[in-house]
Amino acid sequence: MKILGVNEYNIDSCISIGIHVQSGKGDAWKDIIKIEDRELDGDTVDKIALIAPDATISIIRDYYVAEKYTVKLDDHVIGLARCSNPNCITNKGEPVSPEFTVVCRKPTQLRCRYCDRILVDISNNLL
Amino acid sequence: MDLYDKDVVSIRDFTKDQIEGILDLSEKMVPYALGDKTERTLDGKILGNLFFEPSTRTKLSFESAAYRLGCDVIDVSEMSMTSISKGETLADTIKMVDAYCDLIVLRHPYEGSARLAAKFSINPVINAGDGAGSHPTQTLLDLFTMREAKGTLDGLNIVLVGDLKYGRTVHSLAEALTMFGAKITLVAPESLQMPDDTVSLLEEKGCRPVKTAILEDVIDQADVLYITRIQRERFPDPAEYDKVAGTYRIDNAILREAKSDMIVMHPLPRVGEIAPEVDGTQHARYFKQAFNGVPVRMALLNAILGGELRWRTSTRSRRSRFLPSGTGPSSTTSNAARP
Ligand SMILES: [Zn+2]
Repeated sequence: MKILGVNEYNIDSCISIGIHVQSGKGDAWKDIIKIEDRELDGDTVDKIALIAPDATISIIRDYYVAEKYTVKLDDHVIGLARCSNPNCITNKGEPVSPEFTVVCRKPTQLRCRYCDRILVDISNNLL
Repeated sequence: MDLYDKDVVSIRDFTKDQIEGILDLSEKMVPYALGDKTERTLDGKILGNLFFEPSTRTKLSFESAAYRLGCDVIDVSEMSMTSISKGETLADTIKMVDAYCDLIVLRHPYEGSARLAAKFSINPVINAGDGAGSHPTQTLLDLFTMREAKGTLDGLNIVLVGDLKYGRTVHSLAEALTMFGAKITLVAPESLQMPDDTVSLLEEKGCRPVKTAILEDVIDQADVLYITRIQRERFPDPAEYDKVAGTYRIDNAILREAKSDMIVMHPLPRVGEIAPEVDGTQHARYFKQAFNGVPVRMALLNAILGGELRWRTSTRSRRSRFLPSGTGPSSTTSNAARP
């Protein structure tokens, strides 16, 4: 919700959340967030990829699935999250965007391009 | 090894071949570092020392290295004071300093500052320590000292002792050593052992470090014993420091268990980690290690500011005294055929 930037004050449409919903195929389960009247921009999709690397996004227009894709995390993550190291130069008011290299995809692990530290607690450091 | 115009930010940016190349060049620099031979390959160049925190030894070592090659040095550290008091960003300070010199040597309290400086500087930047971050020239001089003593870096048995948690110079040293297939033993009290994410980095590179708290158990297998100071200022809790301070002390008694050609290294200054009686033994290498900072930094400065081409140019200019003017090295082979 934080990534999507929605809360009860700034959105008029309906949001539904489904947790542990049976997936069409076999006995797989999934969680769903459905938001009406909203298409996602690139940064938002990238942030979703950071915390939910297996997420699928479906854009539904006029009752039909117009687009469906799985999110993909690039090898380099720029400007989406801040470094969790308080002594990192990127947290000191310098004119740079935090940059990370993906060192592991399962679970997602990012290493800061500046201070070389592993980013801990990704979801709480999203920008 | 082409390091011309390259930044030196982290030892991780170097390949094994590049490291070997720097060490080879460092070896050639030793007689010049000693003052036995003189060379001015960097005549007319200016090095800018930008130190945001004091580190007299590192600064002097860079100055000495520069002067030995005829490179001028300006100390722009004062700019750090004014930039901090005026709230200027490091990025802006770097752009200013960049205008005054051909290469910036940066020491800064925040991690990652060297990477940032390299991004904003047109001229190359050498990281002389960024906070608890990396200090690549220290790693290079440590490797040089080991290779000098042992003849090779391949497959050495290295025992790292002391503060392996907060002392990040040992982290980059350990990482570099894995490139050479070193066997690494980590000796520290549990509270100061190497962090798991650093250990897993070593493991990714095929190294299986052994952890122990007892030096006596492993000293007999060591080729190199590298001991570090346990620094009070690194401890969030002073009580924790008091518990571990003085845990390890190298003296002649413990060295009786060691191989006769095992070397003891320490980044200095030492505070009781090595007894003075060790200084006179064949094991002591820490003062040599400190000196080695000069030839290694000379090699880096030379490669970055002039490249090997420059080095050859100077050889040519010396040789040209014996050749007709305008004769370059390419024509020396045909020299004999000349009338
Ligand atoms: Zn960082």
